[in-house]
Amino acid sequence: MVLATNSDSEEHLHSTFASRYVRAVVPRFTMPNNSMPKDAAYQVISDELMLDGNPRLNLASFVTTWMEPECDKLIHESVNKNYVDMDEYPVTTELQNRCVNMIANLFHAPMGEEEAAIGCGTVGSSEAIMLAGLAFKRKWQQRRRAQGLPTDNPNIVTGANVQVCWEKFARYFEVELKEVKLSEGYYVMDPAKAVEMVDENTICVAAILGSTLTGEFEDVKLLNDLLAEKNAETGWDVAIHVDAASGGFIAPFLYPDLEWDFRLPWVKSINVSGHKYGLVYAGVGWIVWRTKDDLPEDLVFHINYLGADQPTFTLNFSKGSSQIIAQYYQFIRLGFEGYKNIMENCMDNARRLREGIEMTGKFDIVSKDIGVPLVAFSLKDSSKHTVFEIAESLRKFGWIIPAYTMPADAQHIAVLRVVIREDFSRGLADRLITHIIQVLKEIDGLPSRVAHLAAAAAVSGGEVKTAKMSLEDITKYWKRLVEHKRNIVC
Amino acid sequence: MVLSQTTPESNEPVSSTFGSRYALTALPKYEIGESSIPKDAAYQIIKDELMLDGNPRLNLASFVTTWMEPECDKLIMDSINKNYVDMDEYPVTTELQNRCVNMIARLFNAPLGDTETAMGVGTVGSSEAIMLAGLAFKRNWQNKRKAEGKTYDKPNIVTGANVQVCWEKFARYFEVELKEIKLSEGYYVMDPEKAVEMVDENTICVAAILGSTLTGEFEDVKRLNHLLVKKNDATGWNTPIHVDAASGGFIAPFIYPELEWDFRLPLVKSINVSGHKYGLVYAGIGWVVWRTQHDLPDELIFHINYLGADQPTFTLNFSKGSSQIIAQYYQLIRLGFEGYKNVMQNCRENMLVLKEGIEKTERFNIVSKDVGVPLVAFSLKGQSFHSEFEISEMLRRFGWIVPAYTMPADAQHITVLRVVIREDFSRTLAERLVADILKVLHELDTLPSKISRKMGAEDFGNVKGKKVKREKLMEVIVGWRKFVKDRKKMNGVC
Repeated sequence: MVLATNSDSEEHLHSTFASRYVRAVVPRFTMPNNSMPKDAAYQVISDELMLDGNPRLNLASFVTTWMEPECDKLIHESVNKNYVDMDEYPVTTELQNRCVNMIANLFHAPMGEEEAAIGCGTVGSSEAIMLAGLAFKRKWQQRRRAQGLPTDNPNIVTGANVQVCWEKFARYFEVELKEVKLSEGYYVMDPAKAVEMVDENTICVAAILGSTLTGEFEDVKLLNDLLAEKNAETGWDVAIHVDAASGGFIAPFLYPDLEWDFRLPWVKSINVSGHKYGLVYAGVGWIVWRTKDDLPEDLVFHINYLGADQPTFTLNFSKGSSQIIAQYYQFIRLGFEGYKNIMENCMDNARRLREGIEMTGKFDIVSKDIGVPLVAFSLKDSSKHTVFEIAESLRKFGWIIPAYTMPADAQHIAVLRVVIREDFSRGLADRLITHIIQVLKEIDGLPSRVAHLAAAAAVSGGEVKTAKMSLEDITKYWKRLVEHKRNIVC
Repeated sequence: MVLSQTTPESNEPVSSTFGSRYALTALPKYEIGESSIPKDAAYQIIKDELMLDGNPRLNLASFVTTWMEPECDKLIMDSINKNYVDMDEYPVTTELQNRCVNMIARLFNAPLGDTETAMGVGTVGSSEAIMLAGLAFKRNWQNKRKAEGKTYDKPNIVTGANVQVCWEKFARYFEVELKEIKLSEGYYVMDPEKAVEMVDENTICVAAILGSTLTGEFEDVKRLNHLLVKKNDATGWNTPIHVDAASGGFIAPFIYPELEWDFRLPLVKSINVSGHKYGLVYAGIGWVVWRTQHDLPDELIFHINYLGADQPTFTLNFSKGSSQIIAQYYQLIRLGFEGYKNVMQNCRENMLVLKEGIEKTERFNIVSKDVGVPLVAFSLKGQSFHSEFEISEMLRRFGWIVPAYTMPADAQHITVLRVVIREDFSRTLAERLVADILKVLHELDTLPSKISRKMGAEDFGNVKGKKVKREKLMEVIVGWRKFVKDRKKMNGVC
């Protein structure tokens, strides 16, 4: 509580935009020496933030952008609760435990009636994946040491379509990342190739349920079967982790017969983002292990709370409680039927958008029908204009739609991707289609930036280029402008 | 948006919350329920359960901010649906983070030109910040050793035994040996000389704490720097320093500006501070700053190119809310240097009021120092058949949450009560707390010792005046420790 100074005694009478604070240079590099009135501070910041994108029109992100006002109220009321103070906030701690149990049951973890699930809330899937990876690494080290074998070269097998946090995990925790390359038309990890890559140093194989780029579910069942065979031959006991960041809250409701979770014996841990289709604002993820044995004891710090053992195993310590409470709200408010209704709505709206896009006749649909509700599409003909131009032009209307190139070995394919979240209704879908058609018309009228470049290149290079090579040049040009942005979005 | 369905009990929407059947039903605890329930019922049920949580503002165990101005609350709620990591979509939010990093780096006297960009990042808290700093040190040390053709499989880090639990986590998760300097009775921080003695060729860095969790003291970073410079000259190892200024980083610059602990000391290469402690923001934000670009190995950074400008990112977490970053910026410009100084001075004044009140009872020894984080740590004087743990329990009846802890090795026989003075702990509350402590002491004096009863020892009764040997004291403490250990954590609080 700031002592009031009397230096500008009439200052506080001025309306915000009449005061001197809106004339002053905004501090950027150094803390200002003096205080300023709260309303001026609020206004100055709020005004600058107007120039951020509108979260609900951000069609690049899977992360929830709308919650019911009742939930907003709960969030606001718990914003000053430090989640890690388990002693002081036992109810909040218990809400977390309930969520973990609900999610473990949703994923068919083999638990007895009175057994508590092993898992915890995290800040997001990144932290969840790092914890899961750490557990695998430690188990593998223990196994190897017991056999008297070296433990200095652990590796992990994934598809090249993994989200960036797997690369982070590999780099920070010194594990080699062995990526199964994609190919044109096949944008997920091939289970057969993955199992081939497994060797004695593999700590686990990571499968994705809901690939970032196309929303597809990888075939975890096939991976499990092939891996079971390989394990039987070699005795290496390499297990599976399922990165269900997006798919974990979709598959159980829309595709309950799809076997991808703990029903498969080699799946030992699963992560899911509460803040994607768990329908909570950014800041909550979940990690569950199959059984106690899958989480090595020496990684767990024990805190004894009122007689009950409270194990904790997170990278972060202090953090807000709001998102945990919001997740519990969603579970009890919506229940199974509520989540199912929402996911069905999302799929219907995705279908509508897809049909509208197909009807323009200018696009190929790259995403599949089964998977995360999103529509990924590429231009049939990229010789004159590219998806990057379309993305730019759509910004004029307020839409934020990302354009990406695929990772190796399909870098010549560029797509636009629209993610359908809970709050993307049919009305918005129809409006987006209208705008896309408008943009296509406008762009057709413009001279081709691309052809100009290709012409310039042809004149200087002189060689005859194949169709695929020109497409590569074009995307290379745009890539240089947009660089690594393409597949580091979650 | 859920499709509404007509319910068989069609008057259900009309019932008041507590008149509806939801007030009767036991909610599923371990499995997701089959059906949806109305929003107001969901809200009410959860809110009611949460009433039984402690009151955050009376939680005197925590350093973490529990009050912010309503204008800031508004900014927080307005940005609750912004995913901070979408730098392309939210360029202003990203820029606000960069401004905060620059302001904090300059507050810590990082050697930067006027418009030079500082090297640092916002994190979810000091835990993440420390892990990033530790990773950077580990990688730098590995690269150095590789270049020298030496082994790099046994990194270690030197700290005091008073470190917060996240250093132990860092050590365990990132496979670095933790070499802890033991404390001793009366000396509850890291001894710089012992620390420097422990440094060897495998030491990736020495971590000093500005604002020890247990007693609030500032470690003597200047002395550490001085001794380490001499050792580095002798050995050529170039061991650097990291300052864990989680609490102290937003206190020292304002009320102890002459204290040299930051980048003014040449061996200090990185500093972390919790935005959510004396940075005066709600839980969920920390900062780590590096002295220069060279102190953060490029290979740990992931580059994202945003509209032509290079945006380097190096964090463990990816998606997270933007609210706390915006709130931190709000505080930095709303309060400015004078505002923070006023708040810290107030905290210090109120700390002194509380300390004097406690001293006046003549039943306690004050363990904390005057210079440091504004907190009061105190233990019962002389002998007593009542313990600090009992006092802590009884204070809960009045609503106060005051933790009792034992010191880490080698001072485990010392137990303290600790009250943290935050921004929102005013003088009236301080006086009320003293009054309640007196009430508790009076009550305890009339009760026979719970401890001796529990241990089945002979009834010591009203032998308040007798002196008890240290061994007996140890037994008593051990007895209580075991009792409470089975019930609560001891020194893993931040």
